[in-house]
Amino acid sequence: MKLRRRQRERLSLGIQYLVFIAVIAAVLFAADWDRLADAFFRVDIIKSMFPTIITVALRNTILYTLGAFAFGLVFGTILALMRLSRVAPYRWVATAYIELFRGLPALLVLFLVGYGIPIAFPERQIPGGVFGSIAIGLGLTAAAYMAETIRAGIQAVPKGQMEAARTLGMSHFTAMRTIVIPQAFRIVIPPLTNELILLTKDSSLAYVLGVTAQTIEITKFGRDMLNDRVNATPLLVAGLAYLVITLPLSQVVRRLELRYAKAR
Amino acid sequence: MTTTPPRPAVEIRDLHKSFGPLEVLKGIDFEVAQGEVVCVVGPSGSGKSTLLRCVDLLEEPTAGRIWVNGVEMTDPDVEVDAVRRGIGMVFQSFNLFPHLTVLNNLTIAQRRVLRRGRAEAERIARANLERVGLTDKADAFPAQLSGGQQQRAAIARSLSMEPKLMLFDEPTSALDPELVGDVLTVMRQLAEDGMTMMVVTHEMAFARDVADRVVFMDGGVVVEQGPPQEVLGAPKHERTRAFLSRVLDPTRVAQLGQPDQAPEPPAAPGLPADDRHRI
Repeated sequence: MKLRRRQRERLSLGIQYLVFIAVIAAVLFAADWDRLADAFFRVDIIKSMFPTIITVALRNTILYTLGAFAFGLVFGTILALMRLSRVAPYRWVATAYIELFRGLPALLVLFLVGYGIPIAFPERQIPGGVFGSIAIGLGLTAAAYMAETIRAGIQAVPKGQMEAARTLGMSHFTAMRTIVIPQAFRIVIPPLTNELILLTKDSSLAYVLGVTAQTIEITKFGRDMLNDRVNATPLLVAGLAYLVITLPLSQVVRRLELRYAKAR
Repeated sequence: MTTTPPRPAVEIRDLHKSFGPLEVLKGIDFEVAQGEVVCVVGPSGSGKSTLLRCVDLLEEPTAGRIWVNGVEMTDPDVEVDAVRRGIGMVFQSFNLFPHLTVLNNLTIAQRRVLRRGRAEAERIARANLERVGLTDKADAFPAQLSGGQQQRAAIARSLSMEPKLMLFDEPTSALDPELVGDVLTVMRQLAEDGMTMMVVTHEMAFARDVADRVVFMDGGVVVEQGPPQEVLGAPKHERTRAFLSRVLDPTRVAQLGQPDQAPEPPAAPGLPADDRHRI
């Protein structure tokens, strides 16, 4: 029997729904829900994690992330402007830096800042303690990525914008500051927010610097609890704690993009 | 070369410009008197836009000298930002600042460059918006305007700096045909108000009606110039005639081979012989 086009489409759609329902049903029936609940959802353990996971761990994760992001943003913008400079040595230095730090694991750079520098210069201290070390250690890597993003954003602003600004009598610097860079940052908000989300997760590397009860962040806190209670529930809670940060961020980006879409 | 006051608004002597091995301007001598409206016409690639951009130093001349309002632009020590304050530039692609409202497009340079206060800058901006018929668009963003409105806003932005000279680089070439008229009307009004204007354009009717002088360029040189009725009405040079017949009657490319003939009446539509020669 030959099916007509609409019949074929209906059949195909029906099969796809059927497969979906079958898989869900199989998982629901096959899973050992009591054991899963016992391993991942012990209410007493969840309760014991509060309020510390919010007041200390989440707070520190946010602080480390913002510190690294701020450092990376400022340093990355400088690197981006150096890459676009008319002075050749500036371009060389910026290019070399970006290539180097994009090629190194963030963990290695963090070790370098956390242990290498203190060994090399024992009489000096990185300001801000663990916070400072993490902000710089993660920020050095983030700056390399952000520099490339910002440079692309500046170059994505049409040449006519700079020309129009200059013909109105603005200096190169004023035109850059009031016309080009504001537009460039609108272009790079989505990729920069991506970088912020990546940094949120990278802040979990802080444990290698030997954090204390005051400087602990989400992942280390979850792992300590895991060891303490021999139960996986803390990992689930830690994961949710990260989502509390990253999901609203995506929302903020969506809002900003909508608002700027009007002005482009 | 001696010049007696008042100096021309634009004075160009033996201007050459090359892009790599490509010589775009091959020795241009050219003047625009104060209050004069000059239209520069010519085929694409003739160097007319490059010439205009050299006047504002958006392109660095390879050789030759340019004076604008008596100041030598080609002097390596020229305070180019200061000279540009006296020159308005209107681009083919408008180049409004998309992140600013129309009003702020008109005030930002007044405030940053001329150091005018907000109230004064906005008063001047609104007066210029009225001049181009965009009073109600002050708070809109450029993306919310039609092409013709954007170009008029761009003209108002230049006028807000109170320039002595306005340069137009094919201001209507990016516009839908039905929007061209609004922009040309604004430009015509500007000309009637006595503004010194140098206009690179393909709008022959505008050149004929508004220009004091038409300059025809081809192949990087000025081929001929004079009052519009001469250059456009009775061109002396073969190249000018060929160009005009192409612009005014685009389907008759076939005539290029015999440019000395007087223009024939347009061929009846659908003649197969014509089709062979279409580009």
